Amino acid sequence: MSSITLDRKPSSFALPKVRLRGGRWVSPLLLLLVWELGSRTGVIPERVLAAPSAVAVTFWSMVVSGELPSNLAVSLARALAGLAFGLAIGVGLALAAGLSRAGETAIDPLMQLKRTIPVLALTPLFIVWFGIGETPKVTLIAVATVFPIYMNLFSGIRGVDARLIEAGRSFGLSQAELIRHVILPGALPAFLVGLRYALGVSLLVLVVAEQINASAGIGHLINNARDFMRTDVIVVCLVVYACLGLAADQLVRTLEARALAWRPTFIKS
Amino acid sequence: MASPLARPAPDWRLPAAGPAVRVRNFTRRFGDVTVLHDLEIEIGRGEFVALLGRSGSGKTTLLRTLAGIDPAPGHQVLTPAARAVVFQDARLLPWKKVWRNVALGLKGADTRARAEAALTEVGLDHRLDAWPATLSGGEAQRVSLARALVRDPGLLLLDEPFAALDALTRLKMHDLVLSLWARHAPAVLLVTHDVDEAVALADRVLVLEDGRIAAEARIDLPRPRANEAAFQDIRARLLAKLGVDAGQRRPTEGALLAFPSGEIVA
Repeated sequence: MSSITLDRKPSSFALPKVRLRGGRWVSPLLLLLVWELGSRTGVIPERVLAAPSAVAVTFWSMVVSGELPSNLAVSLARALAGLAFGLAIGVGLALAAGLSRAGETAIDPLMQLKRTIPVLALTPLFIVWFGIGETPKVTLIAVATVFPIYMNLFSGIRGVDARLIEAGRSFGLSQAELIRHVILPGALPAFLVGLRYALGVSLLVLVVAEQINASAGIGHLINNARDFMRTDVIVVCLVVYACLGLAADQLVRTLEARALAWRPTFIKS
Repeated sequence: MASPLARPAPDWRLPAAGPAVRVRNFTRRFGDVTVLHDLEIEIGRGEFVALLGRSGSGKTTLLRTLAGIDPAPGHQVLTPAARAVVFQDARLLPWKKVWRNVALGLKGADTRARAEAALTEVGLDHRLDAWPATLSGGEAQRVSLARALVRDPGLLLLDEPFAALDALTRLKMHDLVLSLWARHAPAVLLVTHDVDEAVALADRVLVLEDGRIAAEARIDLPRPRANEAAFQDIRARLLAKLGVDAGQRRPTEGALLAFPSGEIVA
């Protein structure tokens, strides 16, 4: 080995980075402060937007009274039920279309056709079909999540490195073994991208679906709050939706870190 | 890893039984292009044959046929049932740890032990649980060799396996392949466009040109082959056959360069 040592001072490199990261909190905090000041001085009337402190108090009282947890549970159950159906159908269709030419010919045109219809435009039809109970809400979420799952998994299966499949074949893997050891693991990264989209879409559609005459759920809380001009409750619900989105993202990140541990990016970290 | 050259000299003689590979009247067309033309090839059991040729000469097509990747129904292509390929790009499954890559497709209970033994043989027993993405090019190729050997192949097909490696690693891999070959004695078909590599390793070198065997050289020099006159001579004449003028030299004992017709040029 060479005897030359590089004179490095890691602290001098780390310092501006820390400062920068801390700096990212300044503008949101400033915004909150201005908002609070605006509310206190009466520049922002309460019927337009409640003060952050009022929102915090409302949030706490809604948690304590159990109003928020119970409605959140209803919303989560809707999203998860819709997602579960969407996931099952999307994975099933993608496997059928991805693993066989006949499946592709039968399924892919229909899926592409379906893609041209915005899912939310189906809402009136679903209300006619399923009424205004839980069914149209869950169905809407399911239909919306099928597509990102299908699209990504299908292209993931088709995008598996043909050289790896060839190598697998040359080592005597059967068709089933090829699917299990080569094709499905190879398609997993694309599937997880689809799952991430599906989670996002499920929350988005949840918000809209809950506007359909819901008697419980976050959307129901918002609807009631709108009628009573409770801007503090509306903001609490918006924050809850945002947290759901963050949690969904974190969930997929965790899944990726576990399932894709073999990837160079994960190996390094 | 101990140098394979330090081991006692292995027995390089060919087993006397029938051939491991027999290809007769083998013609292969893709559309209008005839890639292989009425080919006849035999490889003896335990024989190390190198197949030289430029890009597009049909050498990879032949290897893929022998590997069973491109099956050729209706043709006379006889190979051992146990075949294994080492590809130029190691083609390890990135989502399986090294030992699972080696054990891929193995049946039975002791697959881990067998994979471990094979990896120990290629000097990678310390990388059993590594992800393939963390391996160097040479290490990946050694895993690939272990994955082939663990199947105990009667025919080992090497598809330019060292082409992407640096010169030093390539030399080490040559030693490793020779020592593994000596121990397991599979028939070997090495497809390469590196004349030095072919002459350094093989019992016999075939030159494939436009889908035909254009020349054949038997190399009886003892291994390891030094950069001696005989080596240089065969090398020069094979290069000439491939259209590269490396300076003609006097033919030397121990090497015959023959055309398929049997005409000896040397």
